[in-house]
Amino acid sequence: MSIKVLRPGLLTTIQDHGRHGFQRVGLCPGGAMDPVALALANALVGNPPDEAALEVTVIGPELLFERDTLVAVCGAEFDGFPHNRPVLAAAGTRFNVGRAARGARAYIAVAGGFAVEPVLGSRSTYLPGHFGGFQGRALKHGDVLPLRDSAAAKRFASLRKTRDGTVKWSVPPGTLPDREPILVHVIEGQHFASFDSNSQRAFFDTVWRVAPDSNRMGFRLSGPPLGRPQADEILSGPTCLGSVQVPPSGVPIALMADHQTTGGYPRIAEIASADVARLAQLAPGGKVHFAKCSLEIAGELRKHAREHIESALRGIAWEYRK
Amino acid sequence: MAQPRPLGVIPLGDSAAYVEFSSHLDLEVNSVVQRLALAILKRKVAWIRDVVPALGGLALHFHLDHAELPAKPLDESLALVLENLKGLSSKEEPGRVIELPVCYESEFALDLDEVAKKAGLPPDEVAHRHLSGEYRVLMMGFSPGHAYMGGLDEKLAVPRRTSPRAIVPAGSVAIANEQTVVYPYAISGGWNVIGRTPMMLFDAARARPSLLWPGDRVRFRAITREKFVEMATAQ
Repeated sequence: MSIKVLRPGLLTTIQDHGRHGFQRVGLCPGGAMDPVALALANALVGNPPDEAALEVTVIGPELLFERDTLVAVCGAEFDGFPHNRPVLAAAGTRFNVGRAARGARAYIAVAGGFAVEPVLGSRSTYLPGHFGGFQGRALKHGDVLPLRDSAAAKRFASLRKTRDGTVKWSVPPGTLPDREPILVHVIEGQHFASFDSNSQRAFFDTVWRVAPDSNRMGFRLSGPPLGRPQADEILSGPTCLGSVQVPPSGVPIALMADHQTTGGYPRIAEIASADVARLAQLAPGGKVHFAKCSLEIAGELRKHAREHIESALRGIAWEYRK
Repeated sequence: MAQPRPLGVIPLGDSAAYVEFSSHLDLEVNSVVQRLALAILKRKVAWIRDVVPALGGLALHFHLDHAELPAKPLDESLALVLENLKGLSSKEEPGRVIELPVCYESEFALDLDEVAKKAGLPPDEVAHRHLSGEYRVLMMGFSPGHAYMGGLDEKLAVPRRTSPRAIVPAGSVAIANEQTVVYPYAISGGWNVIGRTPMMLFDAARARPSLLWPGDRVRFRAITREKFVEMATAQ
């Protein structure tokens, strides 16, 4: 059982829910930039929610399925494939994922998952350290990705289909922007008050754009430079997924999945955890503005996101049980 | 010294808490932070996924999907710290001692002459003083396996380079201000490079991937160029 990579796309890596417990030695958890989409894609093919899938970015790969494979794509909408539903790709199918029409990152889950060894408890590719996933790197032309066996294809056969062989239903996307700028909730960062009042206002009034040099480590945000009246150095301290740091250049950086675990730049804001996956769906040039929220609201947003996933998971389970 | 108290608890969004003890570097405070971090790790709290001791405090990262995550994890984090602080022995534990071989020869010591000039010492003396110190891992970050170590000879406390190097070679031993570091990966960096170790600081294939861990004591041992090559090829 395997999948052959005919074209790799812009950046295609194997990702799961990340490796935890090593931040004290400087290793970030990493993992899927949009874990909601990953969980849904996995559920559609009968995998546990944290199984590893392909994370594809803006320009998708072209893949050749060498055996009948049950596959699902969730997250960004690419123009080459039906989204948010299980599809049985017959042996010999060439699957050109195409370009992202809405959102930036999609997850291609296959029933059974990819047969790559976990490293430090995770199959996620950590590009800066060259380990995890498939040989510690992004996929290249000619790669052959081994798959584990799965009974999910048999279960798929029992589902009711339309004439083109697909199912009628789909799960609602959880993290895709309806329109831009997207609204992202933040709580004030530890050093918010040390920024001058113009910068404090500008942070919330500006429609920021994701700069082209953004990546899995961080999103640089184009807009007015932010400053502090006393540009004193702060003691380096821990950072977190979603911390927004402002280096001396004044250009804010939102820390994403492969972020550094400590930093010496002032943190103006911390993104609500539920909104990090939504930010991850912006491609370079994408627009975002920030709204202040309380810790309680951030918790509510998280609960709401959790309920969305759970209701989708129940829906999928029900379809498979019929 | 009276036991330090937390200045407060700072939310890192809704997914982590930073319990701050000091806004400046204080080695005694850091030593308490290290012991606290170990004490909390030992408790194996199900809703805490990562405990990160930093220079002036420690961060607790939450397992957001865990059933046992409390309604107010920030308050619970502070309570956990205070509770463990109470039970902390006032005596510093010896900690592991790691000896790192370093070659201070000129081909590896890219900034040794400049550091010597700034410190007003002969280059040999800079290496000798660096070698004579005992260091403590105060915090890890920047890249996996990258340890910030305190205990540098005051005479060697020179500022960072004015323009960072695009690539600092992996294994480079560097100093700045009152700390020393070893770069596990070839990466851009602004610290003054005074030697190189052949040891692999971080290897994901090892069960304990990092050579250094927070709280470790570290000594450096000078090796020749020949020994460096021999050790580097043996790994």
